[in-house]
Amino acid sequence: MNFILIAVIVLGAIGLIAAIVLFAASKKFAVYEDPRIAQVGELLPGANCGGCGFPGCSGMADALVKGADAGSLDGLMCPVGGAETMGKVADLLGMAIANSEPMVAVVRCNGTCEHRAKIAEYAGLRTCAAMHACGAGETACGFGCLGCGDCVAACQFGAISINPETGIPEVDDEKCTSCGACVKACPRSIIELRKKGPKNRRVYVSCVNKDKGPAAMKACAVSCIGCGKCEKECPFGAITVENNLAYIDHQKCRLCRKCVAVCPKKAIVAVNFPAPKPAPAPEERKEEQV
Amino acid sequence: MKIKTFSMGGIHPAENKLTHEVPTIVAELPKQAIFPLGQHIGAPAKPVVQKGDKVKVGTMIAEAGGFVSAPIFSSVSGTVFKIDTAIDATGYRKPVIIINVEGDEWEESIDRSNKLEEVAAHPELTPELIVERIKNAGVVGMGGACFPTFIKLTPPPTAKAECVIINAVECEPYITADYRLMMEHADEILVGLELLMMGAKVTKGYIGIETNKPAAIELLSEKCAKKFNGTKYLVEVVPLKQRYPQGGEKQLVDAVIQRQVPAPPAIPVNVGAIVQNVGTAFAVYEAVMKNKPLFERYTTVTGKKLANPGNFQVRMGTPMINLIDACGGMPEGDNKLLAGGPMMGKALTSVEVPICKGTNSVTIISDEEARRKEPQPCIRCAKCVGVCPMGLEPYLLAKLSEVKNWERAESEDITSCIECGSCHYTCPAHRPLLDNIRLGKATVMGIIRSRAAKK
Amino acid sequence: MGKLIVSLSPHAHSRDSIERNMYGVIIALMPALLASFYFFGLGSVVVTTTSVAACCFFEWAICKYILKKKENTLVDGSAVITGLLLAFNLPSNLPIWIIIIGALFAIGVAKMTFGGLGNNIFNPALVGRAALLVAFPAQMTTWPKIGQWDTYLDAETGATPLSIISSAIRLGDASVLDQLPSSFELFLGSSSGGAGAMGEICGLALLFGLAFMLYNRIITWHIPTSILGTVFIFSGLLHLSNPVYPDPLSVLFTGGLMLGAIFMATDYVTSPMTPKGQIIYGVAIGFLTIVIRNWGAYPEGMSFAILIMNAFTPLINNYVKPKRFGEVAK
Repeated sequence: MNFILIAVIVLGAIGLIAAIVLFAASKKFAVYEDPRIAQVGELLPGANCGGCGFPGCSGMADALVKGADAGSLDGLMCPVGGAETMGKVADLLGMAIANSEPMVAVVRCNGTCEHRAKIAEYAGLRTCAAMHACGAGETACGFGCLGCGDCVAACQFGAISINPETGIPEVDDEKCTSCGACVKACPRSIIELRKKGPKNRRVYVSCVNKDKGPAAMKACAVSCIGCGKCEKECPFGAITVENNLAYIDHQKCRLCRKCVAVCPKKAIVAVNFPAPKPAPAPEERKEEQV
Repeated sequence: MKIKTFSMGGIHPAENKLTHEVPTIVAELPKQAIFPLGQHIGAPAKPVVQKGDKVKVGTMIAEAGGFVSAPIFSSVSGTVFKIDTAIDATGYRKPVIIINVEGDEWEESIDRSNKLEEVAAHPELTPELIVERIKNAGVVGMGGACFPTFIKLTPPPTAKAECVIINAVECEPYITADYRLMMEHADEILVGLELLMMGAKVTKGYIGIETNKPAAIELLSEKCAKKFNGTKYLVEVVPLKQRYPQGGEKQLVDAVIQRQVPAPPAIPVNVGAIVQNVGTAFAVYEAVMKNKPLFERYTTVTGKKLANPGNFQVRMGTPMINLIDACGGMPEGDNKLLAGGPMMGKALTSVEVPICKGTNSVTIISDEEARRKEPQPCIRCAKCVGVCPMGLEPYLLAKLSEVKNWERAESEDITSCIECGSCHYTCPAHRPLLDNIRLGKATVMGIIRSRAAKK
Repeated sequence: MGKLIVSLSPHAHSRDSIERNMYGVIIALMPALLASFYFFGLGSVVVTTTSVAACCFFEWAICKYILKKKENTLVDGSAVITGLLLAFNLPSNLPIWIIIIGALFAIGVAKMTFGGLGNNIFNPALVGRAALLVAFPAQMTTWPKIGQWDTYLDAETGATPLSIISSAIRLGDASVLDQLPSSFELFLGSSSGGAGAMGEICGLALLFGLAFMLYNRIITWHIPTSILGTVFIFSGLLHLSNPVYPDPLSVLFTGGLMLGAIFMATDYVTSPMTPKGQIIYGVAIGFLTIVIRNWGAYPEGMSFAILIMNAFTPLINNYVKPKRFGEVAK
């Protein structure tokens, strides 16, 4: 019996001493953290994707509270949570939030297996970074998509995947949070964050080839040759041609699609527009046959 | 006497020196010569001709684009066709000057005679004049790296040059261009060495040659003794054990003068050695003594399935397909076309790529050798650690690059890697070690540069 | 004209491969295998075949049905080596069902749970042996005598040289050591009436294997030399201080020391990656082996010494770096 009593007392004493030490330490070494940071952190999605530009959601919460104290939340946007989350955070901090446009990742290359002929076979490490370091790739276009999927590996949301028929990555605009990981992963800067657009519609030049016209045409059937027709056609001055490549500024584009019609190479792509109405059946021919 | 070699690592790939005893022939002039503007380390050259200009052999067609740069001279006579882009050895389209070849008219200032010019016969030569002529002739490292030679001869104030080491090692399999150059132009090479020693203001010189070239060792030793014995120059021919990568400049300095160059940013001149390829020494002789700028070189065209592999004296700008056709044409089936040797050469996507200042060989690898086997998991055999000539741990560096752990990669000295490929060659699991390490090294060097720029 | 193939350099490869290394080790084990057949007859044949078959079966089955890998790793030969090395650690009268359990432990627990070849921390054969030793101590510590050609389960058992040594030390009586055969006989394994594990019996056969592996550059000299050297020196010092400890040559040729130093400790996956690290590893194993043999509960210390040092290998890899080229002495 004695032993049990001694054991209980000894262990009890150790426990008591440990508790006192821990209590003292938690008081002496306590770090004061603004309780709002934890509250804001609760509202954020918790994906730690870095899309806001801060190290994780806790970093963003910290920046938001600092911003609130400084008087403005401008420039702070959580792409995953979107306007809804930012609205809740603004309410909590008692601030107004600037409205910012939703963005989406756009792959600006249409050099599919059909359009771009292979001139070599790559037999090395199958990542875009390695292939880019080796040379132009398996085709004659030194600017186009290599199709090895560095962007797919970088995406934490499963929003981008390589289409096995075309060999080019495709973005699922429901899942894309515009965090920008794929943009950084692409060694050729083919992917760009552009405005999602009303009803998810957008117009962009699906080419980043800066070679002169003849070389670009030889490499790919739908490459931009820098002819400038689109630049002349655009009523809003949204298109600039530089280094044999046209670029549509997504802030200025009004989705009129005049450029799509005049491009001789079909290099400009309009996404999520309704299909054009079929041409009316020619009445004269019908009458002739009768 | 024990044959000298470098301190650690190294491999013994199959030699395959198919063209060792094939005498050099002068390649035919092409119909069109293509001159990339970026044939050297540093800023690309800037064109000084335009479409329609008439040029002669030896006319400057592009001037140096900055301090670390070199001018480019036409190797043919004819009319400038256009200034355009074309695929070069980097695999990308780069700015080039294309010249349609007409006849073979040379600039009058070039001395085309075969007379051997000795330094003693030219009292006007001073170290400064030698360096100036080398610079104006556009001479760059001919071993493949293409670093402007005149800069190497004027080391920074923190380093003092003590000797010139001629790299005649040619440790890569297949390549025999340097060997043929030594056998056919030994006298000129030795005058070139003397000019380099004068330009660098040193009196000690070494010529490193691997033991698989006994005839060259004997020939050069004999001529060296005759030329330099009794003069103020101490020149020694150093036979080196046949082992890859003996030709790497750090390994060469280690083997010849037993001094190890520390990790980057240190360079060989920090331990007193200026290393120059034997082809560069020859180009220096021609530039200083014959007033001939750099526009032609010795190139080996070889491969197991080539009908007649050979060594060529070729004008730069000649598309490779011309030389390959002279050797019997591209072999049937799938091939790898390499600018350089199998260990460090660059695989090309086009047969029209021209011969440039650093193209010491065109190697064609065929069939199974052209493809890689499927990689298997690392079995931790440590063979890569055993063969690394820089004392690194390739399995670790490759893994760190794969998982993008740049801080640890930097602390594990990834920037010391000389990209020789010994680790990749040895790995029993066929893992793409050098692919990963190369990418990691480039990223870490970018991080170091941006860190230095911020300061 | 055919296609042009591209990749980054180098564009050449040595003829080395995982299979070449693994089959090289198997060939190096052949002399020891033949010696074990010679000394232990039928029992050795049964135990070895069962062990190899069980290890191969478990590797194939786990790879195919549990891990569902694309390529079955059975063909690289490492399962065969584990089977052989496990068998060499066992007494030749061990029942088949126990061998199968040992194989399951070796392949299933020690190798496959960690991710297969290249990822295991502990030597699979030794883990199998240690598991059997702990689970079936009676069967695992009775050793058949050599020279019994056609007996298996009913083989006559006897005292092994190691048990003689450990009783000498425990009793503090040097005269017990006179029962030991001469070190030359221990080396050849020809001592009449002696007993032991199947693979440990003939040191000469194991040395042939070592020579083969060194010549073909399958292993380097660092680990075997550092282990055997440390054991020799340490046991030599002990013997000089007190004759109750056996002479160093006897120590070298008894028990699993040769087998462990040449085949087990040199296992690629579980040993350090740098020459300096390998020597530290070998010295520590040698030291621990003697300590466990002389003063530990088990007469054989090699397996545990290697398993302990396997746990230290990642630490050694982290802190022991090879000498860098051009390292400026700090």
